[in-house]
Amino acid sequence: MNAPVQMRKPKETGVPDNKKYLHPLLAKNYGNWKYHDRPRPGVLHHVSHSGDEVWSVRAGTQRQMDVYTIRTLCDIADKFAEGRVRFTIRSNIEFMVSEEKKVAPLIAELEKHGFPVGGTGNSVTMIAHTQGWLHCDIPGTDASGVVKALMDELVDEFKREEMPNRVHLSTSCCEINCGGQADIAIIVQHTKPPVINHDLVANVCERPAVVARCPVAAIRPAMVNGKPSLEIDESKCMCCGACYPPCPPMQINDPENSKLAIWVGGKNSNARGKPTFMKMVASGYPNNAPRWPEVSEAVKNIIRVYKEDARPWERMADWIDRIGWPRFFEKTGLPFTKYLIDDWRGSRYNLNASTHIRF
Amino acid sequence: MAKKMYDTPNLDELEKGEWPSFVTGLKRLAKEKDLMVDLLGQLETSYKTRKGYWKGGTVGVFGYGGGVIPRFTELKDENGQPVYKDAAEFHTLRVMPPPGMHYDTGTLRQFCDIWEKHGSGLIAFHGQSGDIMFQGCSTENVQKAFDEINEMGFDLGGAGPAVRTSMSCVGAARCEQSCYDEAQAHRAVLNTFLDDLHRPSLPYKFKFKFSGCPNDCMNAIQRSDMAVIGTWRDNIRSDEALAKKWFAKHGMDELVNDVVARCPTKTFQVKELKKIKKGEHITSVAVSDTHGVEIDNQDCVRCMHCINVMTGALAPGKDKGASVLVGGKSHLKIGGLMGTVVIPFMKLDTEEQVEKLVDFAQRTIDFFAENALEHERTGEMIERIGLANFLDAMELDVDPAMINSPRMNPYVRTDGWDDEVAKIKAKKQAA
Ligand code: HEM
Ligand code: SF4
Ligand code: SF4
Ligand code: SF4
Ligand code: SF4
Repeated sequence: MNAPVQMRKPKETGVPDNKKYLHPLLAKNYGNWKYHDRPRPGVLHHVSHSGDEVWSVRAGTQRQMDVYTIRTLCDIADKFAEGRVRFTIRSNIEFMVSEEKKVAPLIAELEKHGFPVGGTGNSVTMIAHTQGWLHCDIPGTDASGVVKALMDELVDEFKREEMPNRVHLSTSCCEINCGGQADIAIIVQHTKPPVINHDLVANVCERPAVVARCPVAAIRPAMVNGKPSLEIDESKCMCCGACYPPCPPMQINDPENSKLAIWVGGKNSNARGKPTFMKMVASGYPNNAPRWPEVSEAVKNIIRVYKEDARPWERMADWIDRIGWPRFFEKTGLPFTKYLIDDWRGSRYNLNASTHIRF
Repeated sequence: MAKKMYDTPNLDELEKGEWPSFVTGLKRLAKEKDLMVDLLGQLETSYKTRKGYWKGGTVGVFGYGGGVIPRFTELKDENGQPVYKDAAEFHTLRVMPPPGMHYDTGTLRQFCDIWEKHGSGLIAFHGQSGDIMFQGCSTENVQKAFDEINEMGFDLGGAGPAVRTSMSCVGAARCEQSCYDEAQAHRAVLNTFLDDLHRPSLPYKFKFKFSGCPNDCMNAIQRSDMAVIGTWRDNIRSDEALAKKWFAKHGMDELVNDVVARCPTKTFQVKELKKIKKGEHITSVAVSDTHGVEIDNQDCVRCMHCINVMTGALAPGKDKGASVLVGGKSHLKIGGLMGTVVIPFMKLDTEEQVEKLVDFAQRTIDFFAENALEHERTGEMIERIGLANFLDAMELDVDPAMINSPRMNPYVRTDGWDDEVAKIKAKKQAA
């Protein structure tokens, strides 16, 4: 008999202190910054009340990084940035440097290794990234691939600061929307009810949990071929896919009928207007791996129109507030269909109860 | 050296183009690891069939109930055997980052060494909830990898119906807009709930996020059950030298069109210097020899816009703290919800003040644990029971800063009205 294995107890240390990881100038001027400016796209220049200055160079990454890529980034940080880096919420990496003269060589080094420098200010920055086929158990599409394909198309706008205001994008590989609210989001939109694999339901599903999960109460327990299973009232089902995570036999993903939708106008910040949720403006784009050209073209088109038409500091939502939805659809050439009229709870707040109409 | 790679014509397409390619990274790892050869095989299959092939399961580390996301392949041959057997298990460890996601290269290199040894070599910085995601590990190696990461001083994040990993913005470390010590609050709050984080037993997930100012770089209002957002109570500060510098560069058109016209309450005005008001609540600063800015701070909603445009020339006040909003969440199941103000302002300068935030978080989680239905987020619970009941339970005074407008329907029993008025009066007198 084997001796009982002594398991190591976890050290429940929680969130680590960040003090020892801070760049020395950030540690020294913690809470004492005065202002910043952007000498060029991709570079932030912060000035402290103490008079200290620090330059942060921001570069795009693939987020899903192999150890070799990470080590390359570490080599660059050791050479230029006192061995410190930080990551932004959108998976950009930032190198802090204490002397202006290091900025240009650092940028050259990053570009040499294929890391685009940018993502600051009024640029199109890196897309908020989910899991997709690489790692999620419910994805309708990939995440890393969509992000890569789209960023290839948008990399010039990442490297410039020519947008009216910052543009945040996200992608989500199911309607759960892990990617979050964004100026422009691409989200999987299923168009057919789940196909139930009855053989599996009895084994793997906690039926009451699945029934409870459906937002429109379209799922009922049922006996199928003498075995306990489920049935869907297809006239009620709006194909959200919420039943799929708790019950994998509710197969919602479909190579043809799982489409991609585009949403616009999500704003996280409180600047100017209050934060806003994004709104669906188009759907029906094919899930066309490996490069999703149709949806990518549609996103580029929206960005192009916004860039031409919005005034300085107008985020996507602010711009649409000014021009109104009719002209948004007109200018972008997107068809306004009945599916874009909200009929979920609280929907009447989204209808026009006024004669405010633009002609 | 690993086994031979499969043809991956679809994935190869993602090596083209200028943006850094994760496929190139996966291939580099596949040179050394059979696990990654097979991962590429499965992923290529997904690209062909447009289907995912992972399913969950139960894998964890000793002593914790969450933090590992188990993944087993479902891509099986006719005999039920995995088609890509070396990637049959591909679990993820979620590891909590330091506040602000700062690292030294020593730490990153150590992560790489550990993950090269025990896992796939693929690490995501970071997941949307903020975790460092060590992706791709066999069941057997999960514990080994965790032990080494844990010895470095890093701990697993949340998964399942638990307190989840949190994020805080760069804030005080490098941002002039920061209104409290985000890292301190982040750690004080999260590290109070490690039991609820590591051993999922809440009705559903609970997320905290910390942004240092109303720019809300962490998207806290839309994505967290409790959003702590820096703000200030006194007047916007100004710096004449920087204001004049800004104006010299940008001029009157930009001042008027980009700032005056965009102030949401129109409290930001540009005036001839001699016409600018003075007073306790007025911020004023000259931008030229003839003109200046006047802000009546009582009408300012602390939106940050003018400060963002004229950073340094204008700055948050000195009496700083945070607003707390509760109940944000994403789509499922009733639709997206944003957080609602429940604490309009609290100071967070001292440890005792931060303790008050921790105490409020504790009471919220306790109430959530007891009152939410299974699979119900805080926002849904509040929608079901009404904000007033939640405030009552949290012993928070009602405040008109919590609403957009008072109710627009008469469907409410008001027989307690006189008592409420008496209570409010008594409280005022006692204060
Ligand atoms: C069933 C399988 C699911 C998987 C594999 C999954 C995967 C993930 C992952 C990997 C992240 C990033 C986590 C991190 O940073 O550590 C994430 C974030 C998120 N997940 Fe999921 N998720 C699942 C289910 C759900 C469900 C059921 C919901 C909502 C009802 C949900 C909502 C979200 C949201 C809103 C985020 C973004 C969180 C934030 O912004 O902080 N997910 N998900
Ligand atoms: S958006 Fe959906 S499919 Fe994509 S990672 Fe999140 S839960 Fe998974
Ligand atoms: S897809 Fe959504 S609406 Fe349809 S049955 Fe499943 S949970 Fe219900
Ligand atoms: S939320 Fe405010 S304080 Fe935090 S990084 Fe963003 S602008 Fe700075
Ligand atoms: S911070 Fe105040 S003064 Fe400035 S734009 Fe916003 S509301 Fe107006």
